[in-house]
Amino acid sequence: MNALKSREAILGGAILVLVALIASRFPGFIAPANIIAVFTDTSPLMILAMGQMVVILTRCIDLSVAANLALTGMVCAIINVAAPGLPVALILIFALFMGAALGAINGLLVWKLSIPPIVVTLGTMTIFRGVIFLLTEGKWINAHEMSPSFTGVPRQDILGLPVLGWIGIVVAVVMMVVMARTTLGRAFFAVGGNPHAAVYTGINVGRTQFLAFVISGMLAGLTGYLWVARYAVAYVDIAGGFELDVVAACVIGGISIAGGAGTVVGTLLGALFLGVVKNALPVIDVSPFWQLAISGAAIIIAVAFNAQSGRSKGRVILKSAEHAQ
Amino acid sequence: MKIAKLMTSVAVAAGLFAGPVAAEDMRIALVVKALGIGFFEAAAEGAKEAAGELGGVEIIYTGPTDTTAEGQIEVINSLIAQRVDAIAVSSNDTDALVPTLKKAMARGITVVSWDSGVAPDGRQAHLNPSSNALIGNMIIKLAADHLPEGGEVAVLSATTTSTNQNIWIDEMNKVMGDYQGIDVIATVYGDDLADKSYREATGLMQSHPDLDAIIAPTSVGIVAAAQAVADAGKIGEVNVTGLGLPSEMAGAIESGASKSFAIWNPIDLGYSATMLAHQLATGAASAEPGAEISIGRMGTIILDETNSAAMADPFVYDASNIAAFKDIF
Repeated sequence: MNALKSREAILGGAILVLVALIASRFPGFIAPANIIAVFTDTSPLMILAMGQMVVILTRCIDLSVAANLALTGMVCAIINVAAPGLPVALILIFALFMGAALGAINGLLVWKLSIPPIVVTLGTMTIFRGVIFLLTEGKWINAHEMSPSFTGVPRQDILGLPVLGWIGIVVAVVMMVVMARTTLGRAFFAVGGNPHAAVYTGINVGRTQFLAFVISGMLAGLTGYLWVARYAVAYVDIAGGFELDVVAACVIGGISIAGGAGTVVGTLLGALFLGVVKNALPVIDVSPFWQLAISGAAIIIAVAFNAQSGRSKGRVILKSAEHAQ
Repeated sequence: MKIAKLMTSVAVAAGLFAGPVAAEDMRIALVVKALGIGFFEAAAEGAKEAAGELGGVEIIYTGPTDTTAEGQIEVINSLIAQRVDAIAVSSNDTDALVPTLKKAMARGITVVSWDSGVAPDGRQAHLNPSSNALIGNMIIKLAADHLPEGGEVAVLSATTTSTNQNIWIDEMNKVMGDYQGIDVIATVYGDDLADKSYREATGLMQSHPDLDAIIAPTSVGIVAAAQAVADAGKIGEVNVTGLGLPSEMAGAIESGASKSFAIWNPIDLGYSATMLAHQLATGAASAEPGAEISIGRMGTIILDETNSAAMADPFVYDASNIAAFKDIF
């Protein structure tokens, strides 16, 4: 537990050092308005990472989050074009349900047919994108076709922070409570930590994984509406490749790909780390040819730190096991 | 497929029985990628305009119901059977149509391609909507036109390896001397992703507070940049321009984030393709490298060594004409 804590402290410290380095090159980066902008810009990644975290904790992976986001976002946009008067609150609820339903497809395939999650979600990833194409024939839904309230809600300011940022905070708080204070939350850790032991304690491993996919899907659906509204455009390829950013955020945040280990705070910091890097690269005047290498290196360094602390943790367990004998 | 076939035969029948055609009427077939696409409907309008101007020309507007080469081959075969005088095709496949089009040429039918070309073997001439040099000049001109006093502009491109965008930016740099006082201060890459383009545009405005214009020669980038400018509250300060589609840019023109942008005009393209086909079919011009061919109100085109030509500068869209085009394409 101490090792985990210190890992988050290291990551938090790394973010502060990073921000300080950026500020030395571009002082405007730490202006309050910009900090808020960076946080808001990172919120979609944070929300998706919360869902991905749960899935990875149960030893699965969800590669269909970005496609789910794009499909749900597109359907939200289509609904908005068909019925511009529909309150945004209803669209938000619809997005949550539709995302959850798409996530449930993944979950059912993993649970009932025991197909490896990476295969299932690779499949649904392309299927979801294909469905968008079928729905739209590749056409875009553009800013002037959407109602002002539809595109306006995520950017509305409440106490200086746009709604998009607030939604990120609310999702993070809810997930903290779920992970720490509910049986379901503890079951995610149990299933990923040791599935056989989990079965003996009466946890249904498949069902728990199913629920993890539903949560991931639900959050992807929510982000789908937010994304389409924020960029005021919906087309087949939106958020293309974003699932990899989401997985990267989780890994940087210390979620073990082997399942069972990780924290909400770590994931949030992982997403923030990526968000800071993404937002800083355009302003620190680095050649675009170096930018990809820099963001890749940042990810590897962060993961190397994690691997380091993961290894020492393993040794400690072995030693205590020896002592116990 | 059955339905497609049925539709094709209906289209053919419609072509065959399309009223009493005077014997001397020249029949030019405009074959498009697929029926029911706004862009091509607009091109057909242009073709009819050309027919009206020329007189004695009947336009057969046709194409498959979905964008397949097989569908186009069927359509072209039926046009050959009808003994049309000329075929102007925007192809779904560079090579697949070549044998069929060769057959058409062997029967004395004039064949030209436009918009999306056919391999040189399969057509007598090809009409490109524009050329790299014209596009490169246009994107900087769009920015300069709104900056009579000069100013700072930045380019938001697709990826670092996007061939088209890189060529256009190169061409733009070649003509920078003609635009005194305009400085291109940065070139950034949004990777044709809405979120990255948005972030890059925001970054440009932060690191260059005096920025006057963002040139985005990519349809994803221009829309994202316009949204970023609107969200930053810099409408009126930073003008977003470049290449985009009217349907996608209507919101940005309306909000004022973009004063103008450019892309081909499908009406002009259909008009010019018809004019070109007519000139070649009547023998008024011959399809050979270096040939100068007059295409009515669009001026003159010159065929290059592959018998291809560029029609004109990209067409500029702004608040005055966006409403007419936003539903077309």
